[in-house]
Amino acid sequence: MPINYYIFLSVALFCIGVAGVLTRRNAIIIFMCVELMLNAVNLLLVAFSKMHHVALYKINPEAGINGQIFVFFIMVVAAAEVSVGLAIIVMMYRNTHSVDVNFLNRLKH
Amino acid sequence: MINYIYLVPLFPLLGFLLNGLLRNKLSKSLTAFIGCGTILASFLLSAAIFTEVSKAGFQAQTVTLFPFIQVNTLKIPFAFQVDQLSTLFLLIITGVGFLIHLYSTSYMHEETGDHYARYFSYLNLFVFSMLLLVLGANYVIMFIGWEGVGLCSYLLIGYWFKNLDYDNAAKKAFIMNRIGDLGFLLAVFLIISKFGSATFADIYPKAPQISVRALTAITLLLFIGATGKSAQIPLYTWLPDAMAGPTPVSALIHAATMVTAGIYMIARSNILYTLAPTTQTVVAITGLATALLAATIALKQNDIKKVLAYSTISQLGYMFLGLGVGAYTGSVFHVMTHAFFKALLFLGAGSVIHAIHEQDIRKMGGLRKFMPITHITFLFACFAIAGIPPFSGFFSKDEILAAAYQKNPVYYVIGVFTALLTAFYMFRLYATTFLGTFRGENAHIEDHHDMQSAEPGSEPASHNHEPDSHSIHESPAAITIPLIILAILAVIGGFLGIPEVFAKDLHWLGHFLGPVFQASTNKQAAVLFPPSQELTLMGISVAVALIGVITAWTRFSRKPELEEPTGIGAILANKWYVDEIYDALIVRPLNAFGKFLNNVIEKSVIDWAVNGAGRIVQYSSRQIRLIQSGQVGGYVLLMVVGMVILFIVELFVKK
Repeated sequence: MPINYYIFLSVALFCIGVAGVLTRRNAIIIFMCVELMLNAVNLLLVAFSKMHHVALYKINPEAGINGQIFVFFIMVVAAAEVSVGLAIIVMMYRNTHSVDVNFLNRLKH
Repeated sequence: MINYIYLVPLFPLLGFLLNGLLRNKLSKSLTAFIGCGTILASFLLSAAIFTEVSKAGFQAQTVTLFPFIQVNTLKIPFAFQVDQLSTLFLLIITGVGFLIHLYSTSYMHEETGDHYARYFSYLNLFVFSMLLLVLGANYVIMFIGWEGVGLCSYLLIGYWFKNLDYDNAAKKAFIMNRIGDLGFLLAVFLIISKFGSATFADIYPKAPQISVRALTAITLLLFIGATGKSAQIPLYTWLPDAMAGPTPVSALIHAATMVTAGIYMIARSNILYTLAPTTQTVVAITGLATALLAATIALKQNDIKKVLAYSTISQLGYMFLGLGVGAYTGSVFHVMTHAFFKALLFLGAGSVIHAIHEQDIRKMGGLRKFMPITHITFLFACFAIAGIPPFSGFFSKDEILAAAYQKNPVYYVIGVFTALLTAFYMFRLYATTFLGTFRGENAHIEDHHDMQSAEPGSEPASHNHEPDSHSIHESPAAITIPLIILAILAVIGGFLGIPEVFAKDLHWLGHFLGPVFQASTNKQAAVLFPPSQELTLMGISVAVALIGVITAWTRFSRKPELEEPTGIGAILANKWYVDEIYDALIVRPLNAFGKFLNNVIEKSVIDWAVNGAGRIVQYSSRQIRLIQSGQVGGYVLLMVVGMVILFIVELFVKK
């Protein structure tokens, strides 16, 4: 498959993520949209690394492997982020009985 | 023996550390023992080295201790120069220094233990610095000592630091010295840039290859340093004020050793000066002018120490005259004899002050009866400084005057006139102090407060009563022994340099110092005097000095009361108003300029800028604060906008 397809797909995913983060007020949905953006980037990384691997295999059989490994790192970080983020959301719900991010402006006072 | 030269300055340094650090723990006698013992050890070592150096065929040596500064090709080792000139100075410094330390043990005995130790530690530090100055084998080591003696001079002038006037005198001395030190420092930089080295042994052989203009600049800058340290016009005014220190300090620092540092430095650099005739003329004229000016001021001073201070300045002027006319041996000779008789004069004055707690010669008189030893030694010193043969001052002064005559008879005439003034004011001082009857206040009208307020914390003044003529007595042995030794030296010191006219080849000092001044001697055309002419010159100067002595003796022993000076006398008593002129020309404009900077530049420019920067930050942060609204969506939007901008920059702008 041409690389263009992957690029278009991940740009689309990323834009959906951005739009979601900007427009929604529900913390959980914002959270999911952030994950969407992360995974759009992951997809792009994997696609590019595969492309490099194929193109440079003859010269260097290990070309492009870094990208794949990097994706795993991002997944781990994302998982950690999820656990922290969800905990924050749970605490927030306990205090305000709502997951509306606009309530967070109370932190200002 | 010469390899142990480093011990000579090390002993006083140890003494300084011991006395300074343990000043609260040591007993007074132990302090005195450490203070004097270290100097005595240095003196004995110096004497041993001196005998080695004075052997025939000795070559100047450099003892390198460790590398001190190394930058690229410039190497400045921490090294000592051992030759005739430096060992002669070693002897003067440690010898006279030891006598003055011994004298101080008695003179300062009324101080409390810790101040007593502080005094001796400063004194030892001074001797250490002075030894470093004369031993240094390059201008940088010399400069360390040069600064060290300046510091010690400051510390010791302000020794009684509770008196604000004394503090001001100390500051004045330090600042005046600083001005000169700047000249010295610039000269050292210039030397390094021209010669690529600061070591004497490297510089002097190369001197003839350097342009005369560069040499003139170097020597003039060095001379500025010398005018500060050795109290010459225009930087001499600190020396009379420096009399605020204890009298032994005046004797050691402001008469015998530190003030001769400038002469040592020029004598050391003699070849540079010989090759720069313009500077020589400047040096000679400055020296002569200083000698004359200080002598005229001394005529009308009524403070025993002030008279001696101005006579010191005047004698230093003679030495510079000698340096300026190329009589390097004569100048060093005069340094030596002057160290003897001027230290003696100061110590004698200290003995008088110690006995009657008074510095004003109008309230003295008739002390000959009460203090026979002080009297006779003081008289010898007066003869020596007046230049009466066969006392030491005659030989050295005459050598300088003869050389001045060769260069320019006008120098000689002014020099002889100054000698007349010298003889006159010294015997004015002698007659008013020791002859006649005691004019001090009577014990019956004693006034404690007057004494206390007149001289708070000054010369040992803890005796609570004004002296009457019955309570005056000779000083203790620790004071009189140095007086006697110095008196002997002041009488016979001159025989180290008997002129050729009297006896062939008996100028021992001239032969001894010959190798140091060899290069200069070769450059100078030796003008041979006909013996009759030299004897005539000598006769004139002796006759003139005798006239001064006899006039002053008869005038002041008969009518010792000094009237308030009028007319020109008032100008002299007020030191030609030089302090006032400096005050009006330099101090006040500088203060006004400082006030202007403080009030105008500081307030409306610097403060405005600093406060403005603060106000800008405050204002802008008040505005930017509004962006932080607490709306999470707003933050995210800004984040995305930022990302898009970065994206655009990355894609389209950055190429």
